[in-house]
This record gives sequence, C-alpha cells and structure tokens, in this order.
Amino acid sequence: MSYETVIGLEIHVQLATETKLFCGCSTEFGAEPNTQVCPVCLGMPGVLPVLNRRAVEFALRTATALDCTINTRSVFSRKNYFYPDLPKGYQISQFTEPVAEHGHLDIETSEGTKRIGITRIHMEEDAGKLLHGEGAEEDSYSFADLNRACVPLIEIVSEPDIRSAEEAVAYMKAMRDIVVYTGVCDGNMEHGSFRCDANVSIRPVGREKFGTRAELKNINSFKFVKDAIEYEEQRQADLLDEGGTVVQETRLFDSAKGITVSMRSKEEAHDYRYFDEPDLLPLVVPGAMLEEVKATMPELPRAKRDRFVSEYSIPEYDAGVLTATRALADYYEAVVKETKEPKASSNWVMGEVLRVLKEENRDITDCPLEPKRLAELVTMVKGGKINSNMAKEVFEEIYKSGKTAAEVVEAKGMTQISDEGELVSQIDSIIAANPDEAERFRGGEVKLQGFFVGQIMKATRGQANPQIVNKLLKERLKG
Amino acid sequence: MSITNESIHGLSHRLANKEVTSVEATGQFLERIKAVDETVNAYITVADDHAIAQAQEADRRLSSGTNITPLTGVPVSVKDIFCTKEIRTTCGSKMLENFIPPYDATLITKLKAAGAVILGKNNMDEFAMGSSTENSAYSPTLNPWSTAHVPGGSSGGSAASVAADECAASIGTDTGGSIRQPASCCGVVGLKPTYGRVSRFGMIAFASSLDQAGPLTKDVEDAAILLNVMAGHDPADSTSIDAPVPDYTASLKEGVKGLKIGIPKEYFIEGIDPEVDVAVKSAIEVLKEAGAEIVEVSLPHTAYAVSVYYLVATAEASSNLARYDGVKYGMRLDPTGNLTDMYRATREAGFGAEVKRRIMLGTYSLSAGYYDAYYKKASQVRTLISNDFNAAFTKCDVIVTPTAPSPAFKVGERTEDPLTMYLSDIFTISCNLAGIPGISLPCGLSKEGLPIGLQILGRSLDEETVLRAAYAYETATEWHKARPKL
Repeated sequence: MSYETVIGLEIHVQLATETKLFCGCSTEFGAEPNTQVCPVCLGMPGVLPVLNRRAVEFALRTATALDCTINTRSVFSRKNYFYPDLPKGYQISQFTEPVAEHGHLDIETSEGTKRIGITRIHMEEDAGKLLHGEGAEEDSYSFADLNRACVPLIEIVSEPDIRSAEEAVAYMKAMRDIVVYTGVCDGNMEHGSFRCDANVSIRPVGREKFGTRAELKNINSFKFVKDAIEYEEQRQADLLDEGGTVVQETRLFDSAKGITVSMRSKEEAHDYRYFDEPDLLPLVVPGAMLEEVKATMPELPRAKRDRFVSEYSIPEYDAGVLTATRALADYYEAVVKETKEPKASSNWVMGEVLRVLKEENRDITDCPLEPKRLAELVTMVKGGKINSNMAKEVFEEIYKSGKTAAEVVEAKGMTQISDEGELVSQIDSIIAANPDEAERFRGGEVKLQGFFVGQIMKATRGQANPQIVNKLLKERLKG
Repeated sequence: MSITNESIHGLSHRLANKEVTSVEATGQFLERIKAVDETVNAYITVADDHAIAQAQEADRRLSSGTNITPLTGVPVSVKDIFCTKEIRTTCGSKMLENFIPPYDATLITKLKAAGAVILGKNNMDEFAMGSSTENSAYSPTLNPWSTAHVPGGSSGGSAASVAADECAASIGTDTGGSIRQPASCCGVVGLKPTYGRVSRFGMIAFASSLDQAGPLTKDVEDAAILLNVMAGHDPADSTSIDAPVPDYTASLKEGVKGLKIGIPKEYFIEGIDPEVDVAVKSAIEVLKEAGAEIVEVSLPHTAYAVSVYYLVATAEASSNLARYDGVKYGMRLDPTGNLTDMYRATREAGFGAEVKRRIMLGTYSLSAGYYDAYYKKASQVRTLISNDFNAAFTKCDVIVTPTAPSPAFKVGERTEDPLTMYLSDIFTISCNLAGIPGISLPCGLSKEGLPIGLQILGRSLDEETVLRAAYAYETATEWHKARPKL
C-alpha cells in the first residue's frame, strides 16, 4: 500500500544567554565538569530560581520571528521525574500557559513554498549530562556533569504539517537560520544547541485520520533527522503491510546503525505530575519590553533574500548564498554600499572571500579584510586601474597584510597601463622583435594573437590593459 | 546578674548600658542550654564557637558605638530549616544529618548584618511536617511547662527554646501554623508574616506557596523588632514582596480604640477545649474594654481548610523533596549500584514515616487522573478561602480566634493518629492558605498549668495592626510574664 507520512517536530533551541535561566552561572560550552554550578543550579536545599530577563527577550524574539501570538501572561510549571542529571527532581518548564502559540514558518520544498504551523513555544531549563564509566559491571560508575543544568532552552513545537523527511530537513534548516539570524542561538548542532524530537506516523494515502505515532528522540543533525524519519517511515510501512500495528512509543535514533530502537512504550511513559511552579510568579511581559523586541527585530533570512534580489538585481542563487548568515549579508551590503556594483561585489564575496575563509577555516565574523578595503579593490578593477589577474594578487596581499589596495598597487607598481601611445610603442617593438610570428599571423595564423599578448604582458610586467592591448595589436599587426 | 529571661529589648538596653557584654550574655545562654537542653531538647546543633565569635564582633560594634541595631549582641536561635554556612543544617531529618550548607539563607545574612548572635539550630518536625516536634529524627522536643507534653510543632524547638530561656528569641517557619501553634503551646509570642514579606531564600522548602518565616519571642515588642530586621524584598526570592517595610515598633503602642475586631463564628465550634473557649472569650472582652469594637464575621469555607491544606501542601512537598535522591548531597545508600535501588534505599532510610506519608499523598493528588479532583479542586477552594478573608476584612480590621483547639497535648498521644494530629492546626491553616499575617500570644493557663494562645489575623501586609492589637492585649494582661518552672 502507499502511505503518506505525517511529521511534527519539537525543536529544542539553547538560548545564547551569558548566564543560566535561573541563576548567574555561565552557560559557556566545554568547561571542566561541575565548574559552572552554584547552589541554585545544583538544587541544594532552600534555593530559589530567579528568571533570566534576557532569556525571556530571546523567547519573545523567536516568537515574533515565527509570527506567533505572544501570551503576555505565561506560567512556569514543574515537570516532575527522577533522574541523576536533574538536580531538583523536577524540570522548570511551561505547560498549560506557554509564552507563545499559533505561529508559522514558510519553507522551500521541491514543490514550492509551504507553510508549517507552529503550535507553541515554551521556555524551560536544560538538564545536566551523565557520563557513564567504562569499568566492569560492578565497578563502573556514572558521573553527573551539571554545567548544562539550568541552561535556558525554548522548545518550538510544530503542527503535524510536515509530510516527508525532506520537508523536515527544510523546516529544521529554516528554523535554524531564524534562531541564528535573530541572535537567540549559536546554532551549534554538535554541541546540542539546536536539536529535535520528531513525531512520525504514516497513514494510507487519502485517509484523514492520523496513524499512531512514534516519538524519535534527540536528533542533532540534518542528516540524522532525514535518516531517522526515512527509517521510521519504512519500519511503520512494513509493519502495516504485514498486517501489524504501530504502537505509540518513544524511540531512540541510533545514528551509528541508522535505525530507531524502542525506548519506552506509552504505558511506561512518565506521569510528570505537572503543577504551577510556586517559586516563580507568572511571567507577565510588560508592553514596553514587547515593543522593544519588535522594534529591534532583525530582518529575517527570507525577507533579506528577497530584498537582495529586488534591490541589487543579483541572481537568486547569489542572494541565497549571501544571506546564509546575517554576518555575511551585512558584509556584502557594506561592500556594495561603497562600490555601488552589486554583481561584481557579489562575485568577490562569494568567490575569493568565501574561498580564503574556508581555506583558513574562519568565519566571516573574523574576516581580517574589512568590507571597505575589499570595496576599494572591486572599484579599482571596475575602473580598469588593474586587471583581474592582478586583482587576485592584490586580494591575497590586502587580506594578509591589512594594507589598502592602492598601497599594494602603488608599492608593486601594478597600475594598469591603458595609455594607447605608450602601449603602441611597446607593441611595435615586440612586433619588430618577432618578425616570423608577425608574418605567420598576417598569413592567417590568428591564434598567434595570444603569443603577442603574452609577450606584451611580460614586457609590461602584467600592467598592460589586456582589452586595449588586444584592440591595438589587431591594428598594428595588420601593418 | 542573670539575663537569660530577658526580652530582646530588655537585653539590648543592658548591652547598650554596658551592664553586660554580648560575650557574657552568650556565655550565659550557652550555660543555660547546657543545663536544661538535655531535658527540653530544643536544639539539634549548638554552635558555640560561631556564637562566641559573633558575640566578640558584636562587642566590638557596641564599644565603638557604630552600626548598632536593637539586635546587636543579642543571642537568638533559629529553626534548623534555615541554611547556615559552615553550620550543619538537618531540617530535622536523617537525610541531611551531615549536610553543611555552603551558603547562608537571606534571613541569616540579615540577622548577622544586624549583629545578632546565633546560638544554634532548633529542633523541629522533620522537614517541618508535624504539630508536635515528635517527627524529628533527633528525638522530640519536650514542653518546658510540662515535659509530659509536646511543645507543638513544627517549630517546637524554637518555641521551647524561647520559653525555657535558652535564647532571647528564635526564628521559626509557619506553613500551616508551625510558628503560632507551638507559640501557643509554649506560652510565647509567634508571628507569621504575610506570605512574601520575609525572604524564603535558603529556607528549606516544605510547601513553597505557604512557607513563611517569622519570629518567636518573649513579648510582642520583640516580634516587631525582629520583623523589622527580617522583612523586605529579596531579589533572590521571586515571590518576596517588593513593598516598603514600615518600622513595626513605631505604631505598636497606639492602642485599639475604634479598631474593629472580627469574631468568626466558624471558629468557635464544638470540640474546642472549654478552657480555651473561656480564655479566648475573656481575651475578647479585654480588647473590648480597651476600646475595640467587636463584630461578628463569617468565614464560610473554614470547614474545607484542613483538606485543602493537606492536598496543596503535600503536592508541593512531594516535588520539593524529590531533590533528596542521594546523588548530590546528604544521605546516600547504594546497596546494589543500581540507580533505582539507590533512590529507594536512600529515601527509605533517610525520610521518617510522616514525611513519606505526605510525599505519597502529594504524589497521588498530582497524578494523572486525580489532579482535577484533588490538586486542582483544592487550589480553587483555596481561592474561596482567601475570598472569605477579603470579605471579612471589609467589616473588620483584625480577626481574633483561638490559636489551637486545645493546650499542648501529651507526648505520644496523637502519633498513631495522623488525622487528629492534623486537626491541631485547624485554626491556623486558613491564614497560610490566604497568605495573610497572624500572631499567637499567651492568653491564659489551663488548670494543668499549660499555656493557651490567642490568635490575631490581619489584612495582607498589615502586620502593623496585628502587632498593635496584640500589644494592646499584652499590656492589659500579665500572661506573657508567666514562666515555666523548669
């Protein structure tokens, strides 16, 4: 039978705040275990949480970017369960009244633009991390690292609007672009800053009613989301085809084997005994805070891409590459502002700049070549002051040295020779020095033009303007 | 010269006049503890060295004449529920037998800043769950008036330490009457402030939406002096109220002329001890003679208060006590190396019977399928109880009731009967559910020679009027001067 897949994603976004959600400890990744902890995030007796204002701002920013309805009053709840990485024995989360609801995100699919509904966004604290000892059964210990405990997260829950692994990946990518663009998340999937759970079910094509879903846990790469969903679609289809039934359960994706394995069934699911967190007052977002968030919202990736195409008349492909990150887009716009040459600037940024950054494994945010110096180079090329081969050499130099293009060109004596009188005398002496070649050219061997150009370039140390050389050569060789 | 029977203001006066030093006063209290605490068992930990060091520091302040408060050099005790840096904090539980907090509760910081000397940590019902201090893992506290009787609870150690002159005053906590009921049993003054008036940071949680710290003192003026130090917004406690703190001693002596005192008919019920009934009714007469106007009020949802309380408080407790899992601090038993076994063994051995009973009750009322019928319904009725008080306070300024239905009961009398035990708090619980302030002060002695307490409840954040009414009653009577013969 042929089936349709129905997917809803729950994306966990770690907010890029300096400090944790309910205490002043650092959120920086990679510190020695249990060095970024205090009585509050260790859940010591008597301690109380105090909400991080910045985390609220970030949640509101994300909600705004996703066109959500923001609940000016939301409530924190306790989600109760025992686990050694959860110091208090409960996670402070939001349940009945989340910070935002009813949003959407448009994604690009092979069949065009598709709108995916956002059910809700809620704020919560992360748990710590367990490291399991390698020893034999009886002397192996597990160790708890609580640096991550209490780090702020938002969970973004989608409607079951996604219909394929491809769409799920597109949705996840678009979401990541948004949270990175709005500055609320570093987007680092390896560190777990951006990860998702996927609810996957299938139903025979044409049927309204949803099938029974499996929840796939903790997927932290685009590839894994694709692999996990595709595996799960097939597993469920095989089950149904064999006359079996899908059971509601939580499954873990094993990325090494590319399969999902059962973790716990619906019957074994926790009863989290949610109730309102009595240690925190309901979160009431002041009108002024909401206005400030709206006023300071950055342009989102999609809007920026569209604007680049219309404002700069560059191809959609270029716009897509240049708006991949906010920093790159800003860089490009700073270059264009100086050069007023959108396409030439795009070629330079997408070409040389991205190439050298990639070689050096650097990010645009720490590119040593400022947009202004690159702009000067682009302008020199466009104005015919230097040719493009020279320009590449100059680029290397200004990228490494911090000098301006003018300084490099000056120092190397690279200024392009476009003066026809000067070039004519050069050309004439080259023709004179190579009478045989001149004769053969005149006899119809036109490819020898390249030979003469090369000789002239050599004589002028590359400074001759090639277009003018070509034009003049034809005239002088006719002799 | 013996100073252990002095009030805070009495001792403060003597310290200021250099009649005694803080080191001498502290020494006397430590001697007194040594002499009587084997009998009373009001302390779990006596912090001699810390206390003497604090007294020396206080003496330096007193002799230099700078930075002196009414608490400077005054030896007090605190319930063992407040985290004290470098001093073990057990909360009356085996679970925290060796727990030494790396931080001070905000309240402790405030006491230290005021120059108070902290003598030690008072005995209590485990995790503040109880009405007799018999649920302590460190043996029960006995009532200084009669060692056959309980001191009330859960702040029984605090109340007994004040009554037995083992400190000038003490700080307790009140979740359903845990300051007022033992104050009543031990013949001292106990004030539960408005919820949020005093920071809860560093105070080990039992039921977060109800817990509130307050003073237990030898007289009403001392309660006002301590509240001056304790009250105020704390950025570390999001539920603490950011409202100005008045000087609670300023309006103390203004009398009750014209004050409307409400008497809720639901509180004078069958089953109330006749001696209590008589004592409280004559206290009302005293207030009337002092110029107060007596009005009858109604608090119609009073009958549900105990039920609501035991659903809300246990639900919160079941969650608050989840952190005692053997992983991070406190007791750990790990018989097999298996996680579930570690949790089970640790919590089985670390918690006493009453704590386990309440964790089970609270877990049940929050569970899927029961939440709506229990926890949710209880929260709704809680609002009705709160509304009752709001309505009553449109007709009166304070409400006067008995603190407890009877004087202190006998040791062991109710330990096998939790429900009867729970009814010890029948008159104090509504106040916590509504978040309003309440005080208990001595208003009589039973034929057996046991103290009887008068409760005065006030509007939210109106501790001033509560204290003023209490002070007026106290000055018109001699009950607060009665002392146990220990």
